[in-house]
Amino acid sequence: MTVTDTATTGHEAGRVTVLEASSVTMRFGGLTAVDDVSMRVHEGEIVGLIGPNGAGKTTFFNCLTGMYVPTEGTVTLKGAILPPKPLKVVRAGMARTFQNIRLFGNMTALENVMVGRYCRTSSMALTSILRGPKFKREEAATRERAQELLDYVGLGRSTELLARNMPYGDQRRLEIARALATDPQILLLDEPTAGMNPRETEETMGLIFKIREGGLAVVVIEHDMRFIFNLCDRVLCLVRGSLLVEGTPDQVQSDHRVIEAYIGGDDEEESV
Amino acid sequence: MSRRILPDSVRATHGPKAPWLALAGGILFLLSGLLSWSYDDRILGDLSIRFYPAGIQLYAMLFGVIGVILAVLLLRRPPWLSPARGLRILGTTGIVFVVWIIASVAYQSGGLINANEGGWVALVGAVLLTLAGHLSPEVDIDVRRWPRLSSTLEIVIIVVLMAILLFTVAYTLDIQDGVIFASFLIALIGLAGGLLGTGFGGYLGFIGANNRRPLLLAAFLVAFLFPFTQDGSDANMSIATQVLIFATTALGLNIVVGLAGLLDLGYIAFLGTGAYVAAMLSSSGFATIGWKPPFVVVMLIGAATAATFGLIIGSPTLRVSGDYLAIVTLGFGEIFRLAMFNLDGNNGPDLTNGPNGIPAIPDLELLGFDFGEVHTVAGIPLGRFSNYYFVLLLLLMFVMLVFTRLNNSRIGRGWVAIREDERAAEAMGVNTFGLKLLAFSVGAFLAGLAGTIKAHQDTSVSPDQYVFLESAFLLSAVVLGGMGTVVGVLVGATILKLLPEKLREVNDYRLLVFGLLLVVMMRFRPEGLVPSKRRQLEFHEEDQELSELLQAEHLQAEHLDPEQLEPEHLQGAK
Repeated sequence: MTVTDTATTGHEAGRVTVLEASSVTMRFGGLTAVDDVSMRVHEGEIVGLIGPNGAGKTTFFNCLTGMYVPTEGTVTLKGAILPPKPLKVVRAGMARTFQNIRLFGNMTALENVMVGRYCRTSSMALTSILRGPKFKREEAATRERAQELLDYVGLGRSTELLARNMPYGDQRRLEIARALATDPQILLLDEPTAGMNPRETEETMGLIFKIREGGLAVVVIEHDMRFIFNLCDRVLCLVRGSLLVEGTPDQVQSDHRVIEAYIGGDDEEESV
Repeated sequence: MSRRILPDSVRATHGPKAPWLALAGGILFLLSGLLSWSYDDRILGDLSIRFYPAGIQLYAMLFGVIGVILAVLLLRRPPWLSPARGLRILGTTGIVFVVWIIASVAYQSGGLINANEGGWVALVGAVLLTLAGHLSPEVDIDVRRWPRLSSTLEIVIIVVLMAILLFTVAYTLDIQDGVIFASFLIALIGLAGGLLGTGFGGYLGFIGANNRRPLLLAAFLVAFLFPFTQDGSDANMSIATQVLIFATTALGLNIVVGLAGLLDLGYIAFLGTGAYVAAMLSSSGFATIGWKPPFVVVMLIGAATAATFGLIIGSPTLRVSGDYLAIVTLGFGEIFRLAMFNLDGNNGPDLTNGPNGIPAIPDLELLGFDFGEVHTVAGIPLGRFSNYYFVLLLLLMFVMLVFTRLNNSRIGRGWVAIREDERAAEAMGVNTFGLKLLAFSVGAFLAGLAGTIKAHQDTSVSPDQYVFLESAFLLSAVVLGGMGTVVGVLVGATILKLLPEKLREVNDYRLLVFGLLLVVMMRFRPEGLVPSKRRQLEFHEEDQELSELLQAEHLQAEHLDPEQLEPEHLQGAK
């Protein structure tokens, strides 16, 4: 085995597959939003998902997380097939953020993250009313873990602020903290730096690297090419619902079909 | 938040005169109390005598006192109060109050000529107060400057407030004349609104939050002592027990509506389920079931039956969006009533005696304590209604406990998340369907519990007690009082049950009055009289000023300094 071989194939083969989407297709009536897309994500890997507007990136995310039921294809997490129900997907260990921030605006930052702990805690009605030692222990643990996660994403001081009063960049971090609270094995981020200034973008990159260090796999949708190519181990480019190119950032970056898809509308017409 | 009627230029030139206008208005109000309001001395508890204020003249003088206090505050300018807002509320309500009385005098004594100088002086005073409120500059309330009191002083404030509450309730119940009662209510709204609207209400909430236990203790002491103020009379106690049943049921409904955000239009059916179960299992001669278990067992069966119905209704409908639930529950309420109407032996089994219902349900007897008899405690006789009052008070406490504990738990957080964004909540692992079903069945369970006691207190059950209108009233109590709070629902339920009892004159129009009241509420204060902070925020998504004020109040209550809360990465940038 040569050195170059280990760099390309060994990278893939030596690691455990966390998420595998095989031939996922999503049709809305006559429109095929996602067409036969397959993706494999390994442990500790950061995968980027790019493509022009309307390419089906977010729809693909929704298929992965069970918010849409794919017309065809399956999604497996660590070998087990995921039922297309958001609740079960989260419990199985996949968490996400949203393109247009969907925090619980009238809750504090801490409460938002505590909601994320919901699926990993179990106090029900009677326990909550009786307030036994189990309830108190679990409540304290939830609070402690939530505070820990806020510290982790750099919002340790904003604990008691209402989410709707927080600056835009902080809201994006809070969404990540909330997703992390569900103890995921893989994190899906939908445009985590949209609307951020360069400084905040850089901090977000640091945060995502830190999350990867913790052993999580990360899939990122982003329009900011520099961000994607600096961040990701592997990049997938979707165009009009189908997978156009998959490869390392360098490969994708230099692929003329990707450049065409983004800026070369005229070229396409000529070639047809 | 401010409603600016006057142009900025007028406010700028005449603003400095505002405190003096307010002072003049307050003094005119004080003066009007000493003058005669009516030529006719037979109406409204005699307002014809000069320099001997009584009844309504005293209310006018209270307007004056608050007006003067607010005027002084305008001059002193404390940073944590905004007297302008209080003055606007006080003045506007003052105008309504005076016009209402002048109109009543004119109507009752046959002509406007009978309205004497007192009313007109007060009217000028009210207009001056309103004008001052609109002229004076808005103060951005700085809650960080809230005065810090010693804990003893804070508890003293709570005790004084509770004493005022007990006195006000006793006084209100004592008023027999409908017009005077209405005047008192208007005055109460103006006086309380004028004081609390300055931002003082937020401060009182802060004190209350600091002393939760003493506050609860004092409140229950007041409620517990109330029957002892009635000297064995059942007149007010009968109203009080009705208020308690209504409030308990409304609080159960508030779990469904206020916490989980589900619209239930047939809630009264769950109360009815409990009542019918208790009636059928009672030792009434008309009871249709031979088994007579002890009452504690009956309570559990009634509540469990109601909860089962809740599960049956809820499980198919809660998966879809809210509107369907409203329609299905509306239908369920009618189905329940018609089923009770028809299960008379001719159309199916004889369970309910049809339209006749089950009468002659005997009084409760628990541990040898007969609820039908008069018991004398410390020389004060406590009648039948007082006995039920104490049991219902215990039940209310239980429902309050369930409400607050569920609200402050993992489940409560889940409910808030569902109200905020159901799809996002589900994507974060919140079992939305399960939590909605839980709210629905817990609400049904508590209503069923209340129903079993209600059957014995009413001594009979019949289908016409459980019509749609009752569900609508329960919902109104929740909306009027404040979704998601305990105190709000208690206030709403008290108003809705007490008003028809006291305002017999307008009883025929009560639906019209409640309808108007709700419309006005939706326009000016959709979050209810005593809203939860979260609900207030939800109703004013666009109001940045409000969210920052509530944010500051929250930080203050948590004893945190906002200056220290800047995220680290922003501090470097400054």
